[in-house]
Order: sequence, then structure tokens, then C-alpha cells
Amino acid sequence: MSGSPIRFDDVTVAYDRHPAVHHLSGAFAPGSMTAVAGPNGAGKSTLLKALMGELSPAKGSIDRGGLSSRDIGYLPQAAEIDRNFPLTVADTVMLGAWRQVGAFGGITGTIAGRAREALSAVGLEGFEARSIRALSAGQFQRVLFARLLLQDARVIVLDEPFTAIDARTTADLLDLVVRWHGEGRTVITVLHDFEQVRAHFPQTLLLAREMIDWGPTEKALSPSNLLRARAMAEAWDSDAQVCRRASGSSA
Amino acid sequence: MTLHSLLIEPFVDYGFMRRALVASVALGLGSGPVGVLLMLRRMSLVGDAMSHAVLPGAALGFLIVGNLSLLAMGLGGLIAGLSVALLSGLVSRATDLKEDASFASFYLTSLALGVLIVSLRGSNIDLLHILFGTILAIDSQAIVLVGGITTFTLLALALVYRPLVAECFDPGFLRAVGGRGPLYHFLFLLLVVINLVAGFQALGTLMAVGMMMLPAAIAQLWARTLPMMFVVAASSAAAAGFLGLLVSYHLSFASGPTIILTASLIYGVSLLVGPSGALRRFIKRPHLAG
Repeated sequence: MSGSPIRFDDVTVAYDRHPAVHHLSGAFAPGSMTAVAGPNGAGKSTLLKALMGELSPAKGSIDRGGLSSRDIGYLPQAAEIDRNFPLTVADTVMLGAWRQVGAFGGITGTIAGRAREALSAVGLEGFEARSIRALSAGQFQRVLFARLLLQDARVIVLDEPFTAIDARTTADLLDLVVRWHGEGRTVITVLHDFEQVRAHFPQTLLLAREMIDWGPTEKALSPSNLLRARAMAEAWDSDAQVCRRASGSSA
Repeated sequence: MTLHSLLIEPFVDYGFMRRALVASVALGLGSGPVGVLLMLRRMSLVGDAMSHAVLPGAALGFLIVGNLSLLAMGLGGLIAGLSVALLSGLVSRATDLKEDASFASFYLTSLALGVLIVSLRGSNIDLLHILFGTILAIDSQAIVLVGGITTFTLLALALVYRPLVAECFDPGFLRAVGGRGPLYHFLFLLLVVINLVAGFQALGTLMAVGMMMLPAAIAQLWARTLPMMFVVAASSAAAAGFLGLLVSYHLSFASGPTIILTASLIYGVSLLVGPSGALRRFIKRPHLAG
């Protein structure tokens, strides 16, 4: 599952002209497994939204390495999902086959079979006919991971996938993420738990609106980097002037 | 008084009752399922707003043709309803205003405009007809219109069921996989508008939405899966049409409001005894072992 890297070239994404991601340059290598870490308000989710094309950069460009954003399996943090919707677990998982069946194609036995396999891979064997309304937050996250399994995407982008999830579920789902990496998929995950990052993610992008560091996790999460990240995220200037930094020079 | 004379005779004896029955049953079959989706999208009030939005178009049709012509008013209502839906969608995408807020602004404008237009030409009776409908005066042309709209609605729902559900359940996902969510959202709004147009001849612009939202609420109380909700909503709407007509006939009540009140009554009973209703909270049943 090789391909071209996903490259950010001097990307700035702004809300109301204030930069949330500021002059970011770098690349996610194909098959790499990268944690995007940083304090609250560091622009982590914004970065992913820009990657998915939901926000367009105020400046700079994003090269998805020939992939369209549709080829990326994306699990947003605060998904606009209505968890009270009267849908079965199987139907939810099979949405992951959208690229194959689309709006009108028939659900084949193969797809139903893959949905069953995906459910047992996330530890929800036999949950097919249950309503998603009856699931706990952890079980529901497992269902969303099963949907990602069905999507079978080359690049997988997760935004804080383990928030409000218990330790066992987190461990199970982390195993899946590691497996995806082993299969050669590119994994990009926003995480705030530095211990998780150190334990499982070879690469880290430490973000505090500006890129602090991007590289091997041990180096990126050095104490001095973390200190800088905290100081930068807290700085917010409501009277900021127009940014005049020359393109290409990053902090 | 036999059961036959109570339930069947009014329809055997009078053509206008038969036509009203066909119209209200057809109306219920289409509007019920549309209402379920509206409610699941948390757009209950948008349905209300849309029904008001239909008014100025209908009134304009009335003004141009000069009498209560179904075709002119239906067409006008369709155009007005769709414009408001499109404009509100546009406003919520282009500004910070949420869709329900922009709907509210547009429908209030529409309502005022509609009443003004009717008052330019018509009498108060005309205004009453438009606002509250005349189900007993439905002619065969209107039945064809209502039946056609119901048929189209049910076929369309069956055809775009999956993208509609996906768009409703997880719009972000549909966007990410390139599922053309806005297209289906618009198609859905179109279904809402045409069902309101179908309803307004029978129940008037103010109460047409009652055939959507009340059955949808009833369905929420009884069913747990979406297909079952559709069935419950469609059948309770149709039943409200049938029973409401009978009550209005026997007690000489105005038929439109009676139909809606019958639906309200079913809703009230469901609130108490439905599986998700209130009584369940008061009756303690022993919990299960696992």
C-alpha cells in the first residue's frame, strides 16, 4: 500500500482571520503512523479538517499525494452523528461500503459478510441487529471503527478517537490502529495523551498553532518542546496585525 | 344506530365524503413518512415554517387567476415553498445564521406577504379557505393531485432511502465519502413542500403540517426502527383522516381541524400507553437478569 506522501506546503488555516494553524510545512510519509499532539486550541482538529477539505487554507497548499479526500477514512472528533437515530448496528457499519455500493447499489452477501467480520474484529460479534440507540459510548466508537474497517482506506485519519472511552476499549481500538499501520496504511491520529503517543506512535507532529516539531516521537515530545507548545498555545492576540512572514520560512 | 351507519354510510351516501376520505388517506400515507424524517432531522419547526412559506405563492396564484383555482394556487405554493427552502439553505451556508433562524425570518416574511396578497383581492372567506382548507370541497382534480403527490413521495422515498438516511444520520460521513448530501437534502425539502401543497387544499396552510408532525410524533412513541416508524406514521395519519372525517360528519364539526385533533388524540393516547410513553415510567416492572 505505497503511494505518495501527503504534503503540507506553508499551510495557514484561519478562523475569522486569526490563524489556527500557522505556516505549517511538512509531509506524512506513505505508511507512516503519526500522532498529532498538542494542547487544546493548538489547531489539531483544524489541521485534519483542512486535510479533509472541509476547511480551505487561507494560504499555502495541501497535496494529498494523488488521493482525493474521499479515499481517506476519517473519523472526526465531535461527529455530527445523531446517536439516537433508529438505525441498526449492521446498517451503520455497512455505510462504510459507500464507495462500492453508493446510494443505489445493492448490498451483496460479500459486504454483509465483511460487516460481520468487521464487527467481530472490534469485539461486537452478534450485535448486527441491535439498535445503535442502545449502545454505550465505547460500543458506539467500536461500531465507528468497524465502519472504518469496511471503508478499507489507504489513509486513516482519526481525531481524538479515545476521548471518553474506557481503558479496555481504548486498548482494543489501539490494537486495530497499530494493525492498520502494519498493513501499510498511513495513519494520522490526533491525541492529547502523551503516554499513548509515546507508547504506540513512531512519529509525532507537535502543534501549537505553529509547528513545534515533526519527527520521531521521542525527539518531538522532548520536555523543552512541550514547554514551548504550552506557552505558544496560550498566546492569543486580539489586536494582532496582519502576518507579514515570508512564505516558506517556518518557525 | 348501527356500526354500518356510523362508519360506512356517510361515505356511501355522499360523494364529497368519499372524495375527502380518499384525499385524507392519501395525504396521510405521504405526509406521515416525510414527517418522520423531518422530526429525526430535528427540523420539526422547519416543517411549520415551510407550511407558512407556501402561503404567499398560493395567494399570488389566487390573485392572478382570481378564484380558488387548485392548479394556480398549488403551483404558486410549490414555487414559494421551494424558494424559501433554497434561500434559507443559501443564507445558512453564506452567513453565520443557523438554518432554523433563517427559516424563521423567511417564513414570517412569507406569512405576512401572503395574508397581504389575499386581502388585496379576496374576502375573509377566501382567506379562511386558504388558511384552514376545505377538505369537503375537494374535487376529482384535487384528488388526482394529492394522489399523484403521494405516489411520487413514496416512490422517491423508496428510491433515495439510503442517501436520505445517511445524510440524516451522519452528514459529515456522507460529505467525506462524496455522497452528494446537499442534493438529497434538497430533494427531501422538495418532498416536504409538495406534501404541504397537497395538504393545504385539504387542511389549509396552517394545518397541513399537522398531518406530518403529529403522525411522526406518534411513530416515535411506538416504533424503534425507521421502517416501522414509517408504517406507524403513515397508518396513524390515514386513520386520523378516516376517523376525523366521521366525527366531523356526525357531530357537524369543521372537518380539517377535526382530522388534526383526531391525530392529536391518538398522539395523546400514545403518550400515555406507547412503549416509549409516560405510563411505562410509573409502572415498575422487575428488571431482567442480563
